Amino acid sequence: MTPATRSKIALLGTLAVLLLVVPLLFPSAFHLRVAALVWINAIAALGLALLMGLAGQVSLGHAGFLAIGAYATALGPRHLGLDPLLSMLAGVFAAGILAFLVGRPILRLKGHYLAVATLGLGILVHLVVVSEVAITGGPDGIQVPRLVLFGWRVVGPEIWYAITGVVLLLATWIALNLEDSSTGRALRALHDSEIAAAVAGIDVARHKLLVFVVAAVYAALAGGLLALLNRFVTPDVASFLRSIELVTMVVIGGMGSIAGAIVGAALLTVLPQLLTFFHDYEHAVLGLAIVLFMVFLRQGIVPGLAGLFARGRRA
Amino acid sequence: MSRLRGEGLSIAFGGVRALDGVSFSANAGEVLAIIGPNGAGKTTLFNIVSGLYRAQAGRVFLDGRDVTGLPPHALAALGLARTFQNLQIFFRMSVLENVMVGRHLKERRRLFAELLGLPSVLRENRESRRRALALLAFVGLADRAEDPAQSLPYGALKRLEIARALASEPKVLMLDEPAAGCNPVETEEIDRLVLALARAGIAVVLVEHDMKLVMRISDRVLVLDRGRVLAEGRPQEVRADPRVIEAYLGRHGLQTAHAA
Repeated sequence: MTPATRSKIALLGTLAVLLLVVPLLFPSAFHLRVAALVWINAIAALGLALLMGLAGQVSLGHAGFLAIGAYATALGPRHLGLDPLLSMLAGVFAAGILAFLVGRPILRLKGHYLAVATLGLGILVHLVVVSEVAITGGPDGIQVPRLVLFGWRVVGPEIWYAITGVVLLLATWIALNLEDSSTGRALRALHDSEIAAAVAGIDVARHKLLVFVVAAVYAALAGGLLALLNRFVTPDVASFLRSIELVTMVVIGGMGSIAGAIVGAALLTVLPQLLTFFHDYEHAVLGLAIVLFMVFLRQGIVPGLAGLFARGRRA
Repeated sequence: MSRLRGEGLSIAFGGVRALDGVSFSANAGEVLAIIGPNGAGKTTLFNIVSGLYRAQAGRVFLDGRDVTGLPPHALAALGLARTFQNLQIFFRMSVLENVMVGRHLKERRRLFAELLGLPSVLRENRESRRRALALLAFVGLADRAEDPAQSLPYGALKRLEIARALASEPKVLMLDEPAAGCNPVETEEIDRLVLALARAGIAVVLVEHDMKLVMRISDRVLVLDRGRVLAEGRPQEVRADPRVIEAYLGRHGLQTAHAA
């Protein structure tokens, strides 16, 4: 068994155990809802981790894709009379297409330029959902009908906990497969040296576009699930702050680490809930916590702790 | 048989003619060394041939096919591989994975199979690992396979780049200063590798400053000076050419060399 296969099994196993244990420890509806939010955010963060951590391409407008998934899930039933699940899948597809079309010109940019271009994309999506009041409901948001599968009304925090958990497990499995494949190695290679990657026969532009589309699909899927869970969508889902939150999840968990994206998503989703205890100061404390994490675990939580652990074992 | 041929290659950077009508040819199973003083245009020539720069004039042929202006990954697919003077290692990856990246073109990449981790992908991964390990053994790095690439010393990184280039099973291998910064033992190791590759039928083109190495291993030498071909021929002929000595040592050096 290769080291990659071993760590793949370890992560998926840990995640599966976690999915089973959390409801036993925190059985309240509130806790299960927060956990479902963690799984959803983790799905979006995973996609971004592939884009940023694996391939080294930044996106500061990723909430735009989250919003496309969320709004498609809301708009399909409202305007076209479509099934919410079908609408969500259409939204995921649309996000992929948009990423493909937009990615071609903007992925030629590097570093800060790419960051600003993706930022623009995110702001554009936000602008559309806020201003197209007749279609999207504007700043007031829009309701999402209840999901009904084969006559079964999908309700209850336990059910949504399970659904989002299973989707996360699948999303993690797919991300890990990608990482340990020819394409995954090509993405990691172009992260370190685009020149050497190209000379090794890697079509750099094509691979960047591919991972951008994958990241958009992950985000749109998360957005759709979020809409179905909350049964309501507001332009907040597309906001710049959302994009930054997603980037922070990836960075704080550890760039280039699939497990890190999940840990980062969990931290940034759960911490604000815990910090309500501080009332007016919760944002300040959250900010301070992020700064401290970055100071003491510079590479992010998962790689940072793994490094400490390895050093401890050698000593 | 001519594997790689350049005809009248020229390029200027902001008015400076870095290459001016350079022609050359590299044959299968032969080592062609490109030498010349600093700034002669050796690395520029490499960058044009491997598709990183676009020549303003001239053509490049690979296996008789006109490949002028093709991007680097397309040239790689046609059998061209190279290493870099200033190392281009994938430092975030393991030594083994660096070489596996070199197998990119030999791997069948079907995205959906990869995303689902189908058995065919796992088989492919195993095959790439096996081949990469064999190449690491060939360059003497098998025991470092699972180490992070950044933990290797300089000389080993040079050999890692050669292993990665070989992983694509190239017909033409271009080595940019493979022995630079290497100690005598490491240089001897490079010697051995280059000769073995040429014997295997690869056309090896190398830029090198270590003249002893050049004289030992090359079949033909191309001398560049200020962007032009100054001389071409067997190592002994080139070494005795007064123009070459002058380019390297200057007029004063030439007189000293005659006096010696």
